[in-house]
Amino acid sequence: MNLSFNAEERAFQSEVQSFIAKNLTDEMKRATALTPSVFSDPDIGMAWQRALHGRGWGAPGWPVEYGGPNWTPAQRWIFETECARAGVPNVNVMGVKMVGPVIIGFGSPEQKNFYLPRILSGEDYWCQGYSEPGSGSDLSSLKTRAVRDGDDYIINGTKIWTTHAHHANRMFALVRTSDGPRQQDGISFILIDMKTPGITTRPILTIGGDHEVNQVFFDDVRVPVANRVGEEGKGWTYGKYLLEFERGSGIASAKLREGLRAITELAESDLTGRAIDSPDIATRISEVEIDIDALEMTELRVLSALQTGQNPGAVSSILKLRNSEIRQAVTRLGVDVIGHDALAVEPMRPLYKLNHEPALPEDMLTVVPEYLNGRAYTIFGGTSEIQRDIIAKIMLGI
Amino acid sequence: MDLDLSDEQRLLRESAERFVAESYDAEHRRRMANDPLGFSPDVWKQFAELGWLALPIAEEFGGLGGGPIEIGILMEAFGRGLVSEPYVATIVLGAALIERCGSTAQKQASLPKIADGSFKLAFAHSERAARFDLARVATSATRTAQGWRLEGSKIAVLDGHAADEIIVSAHLHDHHGPSGRLGLFLVPATAPGLSISDYPRLGGGRACNVELSGVQLPQDALLGDGNDALPAIEWALDRAMAALGAEAVGIMQMLLETTLDYTKIRKQFGRPLSANQVIRHRLADMAIQVDEARSMALRAALKADSAPVERARAASGAKAKIGKCARFVGEQSIQLHGGMGVTEELEVGAYFKRLVAFDTLFGGSAHHYARHAQLGRTA
Repeated sequence: MNLSFNAEERAFQSEVQSFIAKNLTDEMKRATALTPSVFSDPDIGMAWQRALHGRGWGAPGWPVEYGGPNWTPAQRWIFETECARAGVPNVNVMGVKMVGPVIIGFGSPEQKNFYLPRILSGEDYWCQGYSEPGSGSDLSSLKTRAVRDGDDYIINGTKIWTTHAHHANRMFALVRTSDGPRQQDGISFILIDMKTPGITTRPILTIGGDHEVNQVFFDDVRVPVANRVGEEGKGWTYGKYLLEFERGSGIASAKLREGLRAITELAESDLTGRAIDSPDIATRISEVEIDIDALEMTELRVLSALQTGQNPGAVSSILKLRNSEIRQAVTRLGVDVIGHDALAVEPMRPLYKLNHEPALPEDMLTVVPEYLNGRAYTIFGGTSEIQRDIIAKIMLGI
Repeated sequence: MDLDLSDEQRLLRESAERFVAESYDAEHRRRMANDPLGFSPDVWKQFAELGWLALPIAEEFGGLGGGPIEIGILMEAFGRGLVSEPYVATIVLGAALIERCGSTAQKQASLPKIADGSFKLAFAHSERAARFDLARVATSATRTAQGWRLEGSKIAVLDGHAADEIIVSAHLHDHHGPSGRLGLFLVPATAPGLSISDYPRLGGGRACNVELSGVQLPQDALLGDGNDALPAIEWALDRAMAALGAEAVGIMQMLLETTLDYTKIRKQFGRPLSANQVIRHRLADMAIQVDEARSMALRAALKADSAPVERARAASGAKAKIGKCARFVGEQSIQLHGGMGVTEELEVGAYFKRLVAFDTLFGGSAHHYARHAQLGRTA
């Protein structure tokens, strides 16, 4: 057993570092640091996706035949870790990490040929139509209906919490095509062009002051049957497959460590009157750091199992749960560290394009919005309560 | 980067788990709890035959040259059975200190005997006034014409009653008074002026308080060359915390399994306890914390030979985190067993008590979070 990387892996690490040094502009870096929502806006995120694609690194998890780089688990770890350290843009995962694997797994040859290159290049920008106002954790109770009419489906209903729907030109959605004996039956997985007549989007502002999510309405929206992925009525299986990708890409600790580092720097700065000199703050920083150490070690254990072809088991729910909880602990600590400066609200967005002098030092601008928006981490992608249900069911058999 | 067990390590784990499952049951533990020695000399002999006593000792001194990972594998299995043999005192602390600090003659004199099971050690360092401050040692060692004279008192000495020799830390005094350096001394159990009062230890095994009043020792009782022993003490205790962390993981895993089984069988309101979401979520949290503890124990073992600050932060991080997880898993195991969990009729309490002992030994969670923070600022 050892924690160190071999010579080849270290060479790959320098390769990643020099790629980042060459391609990550100061503008991208600053915009990323000043984005208090989950994903970078498309101008920043897609610029980075294009750079990655130019290097052949646009889709780390994809098979080689579709443009994946054929990395080992260790290489993926190194790549993600170096990206987190450098503060690269947070590319919206809906394309490469979510709909991509479903199309690869279950799509027709025509769908693969058409969509996959456009995901890689960043030409298409995807959003996810899963949740509905009446279907949150109980996702399979969804009611948006697709009725067959010749070679089309006619879709009526509404989707909610749709991240970046206001930027996206495509949506993958779960819709009800029939009513089966179980509510999971009769759901289909459909790819929708967001410019289709009958689609309207309503912005939803979150408590941190950001417009990242939306509600999307479908009013007699015509979508070709050819846009269905896989079999009619099997959408739930494909959707669940995708949720596993959403929960555990399994490499989150490096980003958490960067978040904690930024908060620790603030705590060590005169801007906060050296908050770290308070033993309570110093101890809490250690507490969070140790939680990150534990998560990182669990991620590495999974990685090591994957490398030798073992199945790591139902640990992805543990990773999702702990990542979201620790992220919230980091952001909570941030609010406590900046003290009175937590009172100041900066309502303008994006924070990296303000046309006035903000009331706060730039390093503090995202602290409160990240804490407030960050309450969503234990809710999206399956709430913490749902994750505990999964752990109890799959790991403990109860 | 490789965190999979090697074939040898897998074999070690299998044989340790098998041995513990076959040799340790509730009845054995109850007998040991009332035994004046607190463990079985026959079992110790078997440990020697299985090569477990030789495990971390260098090959040139009759050992097998294993490291912290192998110790962790063994300790996790020991945790599952609440093993009460003096493995930490003799092997993890005692043999390690001799190997790190001792002269070749000192190593040759004791390590082969430790490996074959005929010689046991203990480490006396903690003092009442020092609390968990490792540098604070009032016990003194003064030079005499023949060698050294030791004065002082030690507390919480693991298995000191069973040791052939106790390694005692003392502040080295010269004719000007305290030198600012600590030394480690090999004190035979039979040394005049040494008195040991032992007591049953929370969660199994025994510990003792040790008084040293005018204990006369020869020149070569000093372990090593008289350089400050504090770095070696910190090193040994960091490794011991990694080992004890692995033992705690075994204990917690056992409690999780036992409690899970109980909630499936125990029926109230016409259905098993595990049919209630509040119970399932509690068990999920317990499973998560056992897994986090496992990661931290492994991490501390993997970093046991790193540079001092990195090693110490990994050890304190593990001690703090595992201590916190251990209290949660232990307390919830009792809670989910209901009234029966509070009785001596089930084994849950014995496992819980060993976890409480783990958390408090060498400093509790609060102390180690603070030490971690302190070390972070000096790094």
